[in-house]
Amino acid sequence: MSLKMKTFALGMAAVPLAGLAYVAAGAIHADAAAVTAPPAPTLAAPLDNVVGLRRLTESQYRNTIADIFGPDVVVSGRFEPIVRPEHGLIAAGAREASLSPAGLEQYDAMARNIAGQVFGEAHRGQFVRCTPADPKQADAACASAVLTPIGRYLFRRPLTTEEQAFYVKLAGDTVGNTGSFYKSLELALAAMLTSPKFLYVIETAEPDPARPGQMRLDNYSRASRLALLLWDSAPNEALLTAAAQGRLTDQAQLQTTAAAMVRSERFEQGVRAFFSDMLLFEKFGELSKDPIVYPYFNTEVFNTLPEQMLRTITDHLVTRGGDYRQLFTTNRTFMTRALGPVYQVQVKHSYGWEPYEFAPGDDRAGLLGQAGFLALYSHSGRSSPTLRGRAIRELLMCQPVPNPPGNVNFTAVQDTTNKAMPTARIRLDAHSTDAVCSGCHKITDPIGLSLERFDGIGAFRTTENGAAIDTDGAIGAARFQGAEGLGRTLAADPQTTQCVTTRAIEYATGRNEAADSLVEGIEKGFAADKYTIRSLFLRVATAPEAYQVPGKPLDDAVKHVTMAAIRQGRP
Amino acid sequence: MAFDLSRRTALKGLMNGSAIAVGVPLLDVFLDTNGTALAATGAPVPVRFGTWFWGLGVNPNRFFPKGSGADYDLPPELMPIKDLQKKISVFKQFNVPLDGAPNLPHATGGPAVRTGRAILAQGGLPGESLDVTISDLIGKRSRFASLEISSSGDPRNSLSGRGGGNLNPSEVAPSQLYARIFGTGFKDPNSATFTPDPQVMARRSVLSAVTEQRQALEQSVGAADKQKLDQYFTSIRQLENQLDVELTKPEPLQACVVPKAVADRPVNAEIDTVMKNHELMTDLLVMALACDQTRVFNMMFNNGASSLTKVGSTITHHQLTHEEVLDTTLGYQPNATFFLTKIMEAWVYFAKALDAVKEGDRTLLDNSLVMAHSETEFAKFHTIDNLPVLLAGSAGGRVRSGICVDGKGSPISRIGLTVQQAMGVAVDRWGTKSMETNRAITEGMA
Repeated sequence: MSLKMKTFALGMAAVPLAGLAYVAAGAIHADAAAVTAPPAPTLAAPLDNVVGLRRLTESQYRNTIADIFGPDVVVSGRFEPIVRPEHGLIAAGAREASLSPAGLEQYDAMARNIAGQVFGEAHRGQFVRCTPADPKQADAACASAVLTPIGRYLFRRPLTTEEQAFYVKLAGDTVGNTGSFYKSLELALAAMLTSPKFLYVIETAEPDPARPGQMRLDNYSRASRLALLLWDSAPNEALLTAAAQGRLTDQAQLQTTAAAMVRSERFEQGVRAFFSDMLLFEKFGELSKDPIVYPYFNTEVFNTLPEQMLRTITDHLVTRGGDYRQLFTTNRTFMTRALGPVYQVQVKHSYGWEPYEFAPGDDRAGLLGQAGFLALYSHSGRSSPTLRGRAIRELLMCQPVPNPPGNVNFTAVQDTTNKAMPTARIRLDAHSTDAVCSGCHKITDPIGLSLERFDGIGAFRTTENGAAIDTDGAIGAARFQGAEGLGRTLAADPQTTQCVTTRAIEYATGRNEAADSLVEGIEKGFAADKYTIRSLFLRVATAPEAYQVPGKPLDDAVKHVTMAAIRQGRP
Repeated sequence: MAFDLSRRTALKGLMNGSAIAVGVPLLDVFLDTNGTALAATGAPVPVRFGTWFWGLGVNPNRFFPKGSGADYDLPPELMPIKDLQKKISVFKQFNVPLDGAPNLPHATGGPAVRTGRAILAQGGLPGESLDVTISDLIGKRSRFASLEISSSGDPRNSLSGRGGGNLNPSEVAPSQLYARIFGTGFKDPNSATFTPDPQVMARRSVLSAVTEQRQALEQSVGAADKQKLDQYFTSIRQLENQLDVELTKPEPLQACVVPKAVADRPVNAEIDTVMKNHELMTDLLVMALACDQTRVFNMMFNNGASSLTKVGSTITHHQLTHEEVLDTTLGYQPNATFFLTKIMEAWVYFAKALDAVKEGDRTLLDNSLVMAHSETEFAKFHTIDNLPVLLAGSAGGRVRSGICVDGKGSPISRIGLTVQQAMGVAVDRWGTKSMETNRAITEGMA
């Protein structure tokens, strides 16, 4: 395939993929499909050497459905949350995540709802290109022509002949009960959508010619890896074709493909998903602020905070191709009318977002000057230098801060109404005189205190309880003033770029660890490319080490596990 | 069912061998001797199990009775249960030994009570929670294996699951809970007519077919992935079961009154909202039990590090427990204790709602066993020994209620073991390391 064609296919991704399948395969006639289906691998082939199961995240699920069936197919339902490992990414939790009965019940309801829309009268014509002989009867040929290409997109690889036969038979067998060819298609599609082959990204491996005796991810698993990493969605036609042709295990072609992907419009969706995971955006779901202390913090403000952060991130990193380090110093952001009172700025448009640039003296430096960050790491009725400092250490510098000891005595921290201790700095100083506490507080508080001119929802203030706020801050030996000083210090700290590099690798592999050598190698290239996010993700997406399978999966595969062992939590 | 039979047989063998030491109350023996039957059908009344969790413990000197046994004294914080004292037992001096594992503030205690294990890191459960074990035994004939509810929001607020990356998410909105229980698929047991839905029959056959793929799927995966697939297929089985229930004409249930739909309302951690949502969801849950839609439930009133707030307060319940000064005259923290008062009020509402439903000559509460507990003893210092645990109901007469049991410093897992045995689980030893125990609490058994 020429470069031009590839660009074309990738650019078409926003169009429902099912439509593309027919374009790619040429016109398929219903009567011919069942008998002349292209030779598919045997049942065992795609499931050989399974080396990992990663549960689809909510956004991956939603994006996949929108890409395959079009954005007008509504996904409504509740997603069972994936447990985030301590100091890790949800992407790593997805590798451990199973499905509870309640979770599956929801997936089943969503699946039937989606299938009902896909084969309902409004959309049917888009996905059913054949006409059943009798709409009240089974039609295996037509069912196969419809289900086989959809199954390929959902399972991220071609269906085996057995799988094709299975879903066609499923549709055929249920016509008796449903009395409708289309209703039976719905049931078959719903079965695909609740299959673990869809809900889990099944990673399969093959022998690695570069490392005899070791394994590497095979072509289809690489297609999934690339699509989920860079676009937060399932592989499209071009990627599946590239996988079928074995091009994704070829380093040069992998490079070309990934380079085109980070240049496509859809890369922004991937960057959003990555930062939502890295910055713990699920916490916005639990965020609440006291309505009396913070009357400006209404539902609309609440709903716009994560979006403002994501817009700031993607505008700087993707649209402008900016330096990751400047994410902590940029003055550019976006506003809505609802955010005006929080930031105390004029917003021209009554609806939607408009670009906004802070003035140098505003002290709103980059990501950490955003109300979303400042509100998330505050208490319900006041700011918290400790929570903010801890978040900066843990999320942006990848330095875990220990939990407070179980028997900690907080009596040194008095309530905020105490006239003798008007500011957070004074209260925390009192608390930190306790040697047990000071060990940890000294690594969090000096960072967070520099942001004290922003209250619990991120609104600007110069005093607390009538006393002037001192924004002196420190990270290790570096001393600075205010949010701007903090931003500059973080931008200059090598931990910041090393951290995002580590996170990107963990995000790609879904493992809660990244080899030092790999981090170092990728970070060197990231630096050489002026820390652009495209460079980072391209390097992560093409690093051969990231596709290597750790351990000896083949030995594990044959081990027998009893239910009793599972009950007792034994491996 | 073959599975039940073998379990029962195994249990019988156990009883014949070392019945006294093990102290397992045999399911069918109990139903033969103590169980009541519904007059209408002769079917035994189902026994239910549930948990009710609250975060941030109690003020120990104002909560725990001084004495033990029946007619225990009621210190101020326990006074709200007065009307139900005969139906609620109090457990004191049961400890959480950690064997050197860290006491992760507000995260260690809850999983210890539910799994008999110490967690090593936050996020997920260290093993299967006991409600899941019990649900595997008694939850198979109802539409839902169990229902998880959090009245302070956040579906992650749950202590129920099979361990690791498996956590049963909580329902947080009354309207969604209503739709799940009484929406599509609900069959009124007292309806005169019953027609199996052909669409449901079709779905049922689809699920059977999906289950047939299991072997092909599991043959080439590693151990950890096989475990995930096993859990997936367990969930599929539960879904099949749900459809079976929908396809079977339900037995009439006198106590079942289908509630009215609930409107959408806010979900957050503000105490008045939480109280209201707790009430609404309690009422729905009670009817879900009375209508036999589930036999196992887990209600989380708030979360471990309680994010409850009161309008106008700058800090949460959690922060208050740490930062509020102990009032020397009162002997406790008044603002933090405000939330505890609300918690006990909610707990009494919950227990009374169960007790208000008559089932034959007993009440729904009598036919249930509800384990209420917190995750700390005294939140100010994160203490996890002497965790407060209450047991309400008598599991249909299997458990003696209305007593105060002094654990004398023995592991808290003894309560979990006893509760499982009371519910008929064939387990004689539970927990790990210092929390491993075979000492069920015999004085709690009927």
